[in-house]
Amino acid sequence: MRKLEGNIVYAAWLLAAAAGLAVSLFVSISYGAKELSLTTVWSGIFHYNPDITSHQIVHDIRLPRILGAALVGMAFAVAGAIMQGVTRNPMADTGILGVNAGSTFVVVLCFAFLPNLSYSALILFSFLGAALTTVVILALGSLSPGRLNSLHLTIAGAVVAAILHSLSTGIAIYFALSQDLAFWYAGGVAGVTWEHLRILAPIIILVILGAVSMGRSISFLSLGEETAMNLGLRVQYVRFIGLAIVVLLAGASVSVAGAVGFVGLIVPHIARKLIGVDYRKIIPLSAILGAILLIWADFAARMVNPPREFALGAMVSLVGVPFFLYLARKERRSL
Amino acid sequence: MNVKEQSEIRRKRAIAIAIALALLGVSVILFSLNTGSIRISPVNVIKALFGYGSPEETMILYEYRLPRIIVTLLAGAGLGVAGAVFQGVSRNSLADPGILGIHAGAAFGLMIYVSFFRAMEGPVTLMIPLFTLLGGTGIAVIIFLLAYDRYRGLMPIRLILVGIAIEAGFSSLTLLLSLRLDENTYAFAARWLAGNVWGRDWIHVWTLLPWICVFMPLIFYRSRILDLFALGDEIAAGMGSAVNRNRFVLLMFAIALSCASVAMVGGIGFIGLAAPHIARRLVGAQHRYLLPVCAMVGLVILVTADTIGRSFFQPNAIPAGVVVAAIGGPYFLYLLFHKKKTSL
Repeated sequence: MRKLEGNIVYAAWLLAAAAGLAVSLFVSISYGAKELSLTTVWSGIFHYNPDITSHQIVHDIRLPRILGAALVGMAFAVAGAIMQGVTRNPMADTGILGVNAGSTFVVVLCFAFLPNLSYSALILFSFLGAALTTVVILALGSLSPGRLNSLHLTIAGAVVAAILHSLSTGIAIYFALSQDLAFWYAGGVAGVTWEHLRILAPIIILVILGAVSMGRSISFLSLGEETAMNLGLRVQYVRFIGLAIVVLLAGASVSVAGAVGFVGLIVPHIARKLIGVDYRKIIPLSAILGAILLIWADFAARMVNPPREFALGAMVSLVGVPFFLYLARKERRSL
Repeated sequence: MNVKEQSEIRRKRAIAIAIALALLGVSVILFSLNTGSIRISPVNVIKALFGYGSPEETMILYEYRLPRIIVTLLAGAGLGVAGAVFQGVSRNSLADPGILGIHAGAAFGLMIYVSFFRAMEGPVTLMIPLFTLLGGTGIAVIIFLLAYDRYRGLMPIRLILVGIAIEAGFSSLTLLLSLRLDENTYAFAARWLAGNVWGRDWIHVWTLLPWICVFMPLIFYRSRILDLFALGDEIAAGMGSAVNRNRFVLLMFAIALSCASVAMVGGIGFIGLAAPHIARRLVGAQHRYLLPVCAMVGLVILVTADTIGRSFFQPNAIPAGVVVAAIGGPYFLYLLFHKKKTSL
């Protein structure tokens, strides 16, 4: 009976979140430098006519960017959820642990040394950066004597992120990439095009589907290594797959949106508050909530001082930091 | 060997190291004066300094290079000493004003200053350290309130964690504020946060100098109190030190020192972390010797980093903070995992 009740609650939240996502999509497409009515947006999406200017705005400028924000938000949120489950660290997030910074660093290197790289190659390099940083941070964590202390891991990750961020800044300044400086500092989805989306969307959606199918194993793993092993879980295998998912999601997102932190931290916690500790439910709900969060963050970044753009990552961290502090004070409470 | 002889040896060692560091500092400064888009040979530098150089070289040195280097060395010394005080008072070997987020507060103060006065030159710049100090103090209060546990006191690890988060938040806030002004201010704020030595006029030297001259001696004068802190609060109290008052006073001095320094050189982290550790290796933990050596080590690090950033990376100089972070960051990680076995 309890289980049924839980499932109904879950279905209700999922529906509500999906509805929220739809509303967010339409509202954020219709407001901007030029306001469009919702009917125009509707016809611009579903009956696209390239001769009408407002349809062009919807189709060529707003839609790719907002879909990009939604995809990136999904990816970061799911990556954060999996990272929290796999490392059993409530403060885990691809931004805080430096995975985003590693990816950004490699992307900046590419921009500096291989300026004519195609987008698909850039994504590969971005994966590479994310993977390398993940390995480095986990190696640092396992080097420390004794149990893997989540606080130490968080600090180590933050410092690795600071170093890489600093180096990226240096490279950006040295190679005079400063017209994109805001992007390197804190990310943004202003430059997303349909070409990006064609590569990005299949990767992110497939990987998230994979992540959803891992939900059960990750729930077991989040109970602790020994418990998971007693339940018949191949712990190392699950952990490896989980981290691979994190690397793919973070790498793909960073290659279009730069380093946006704190999404992966906030969203899974909200999901957990709403529907409990089962990762089979947390992952899909996190994906939708993450998309909503980033759509609104991007919306705020556009609207705060039009026509100039504010850094998306900075926008998210304005919300994320108080949340992180709250968690840091409660850090001894279990996941 | 009795205690007296031992302390005599330690004193001699400290003096020898101080002399060596001073020589190193002078050579780094001379090298730094020598680098730039127009090269001037060291002999000509010395000549020009004593007033025998060609008018052109004298102008370059006095109007462009010298003020910048004086700002850099004052700030380096200030950051080094501030770091030593932070570490001493909190008994936390990972404390650093940059990592703790004080610099992000200073940046915020700087932005408030810019929105009021909109001038980075002229006599009004004398006000800058006041604003950065205001921001830094505000942040310090927030961090200490958040990191304070009613039962366990100030927890070192939580202090750092809170500091890192506050830093991210206030950096975003600073960028947000700078965006409201204009494009140049945004670029300035972004570069500032990366640790760019921007103070390069004599007015910037005069802005920074009084703060260093006032707070450095005040801290040196209290070196014995810092030694007592190392023994733990109870013992320090037992030795007759007003622990809480002294801690507050020393922290305020250190915050003032670091905020004034970063006001001119940008948010440079890791110097306040690395300088005291290096100094401790050289002369031991006695603050009487540690503090001056810290100042010198900080000076050498920052001038070297700025010189590397300016000279190796032509034509777009990279900020000194990037150079420092590239070296200081790994050092922090080493300390984090190395120290864990003993105490944290």
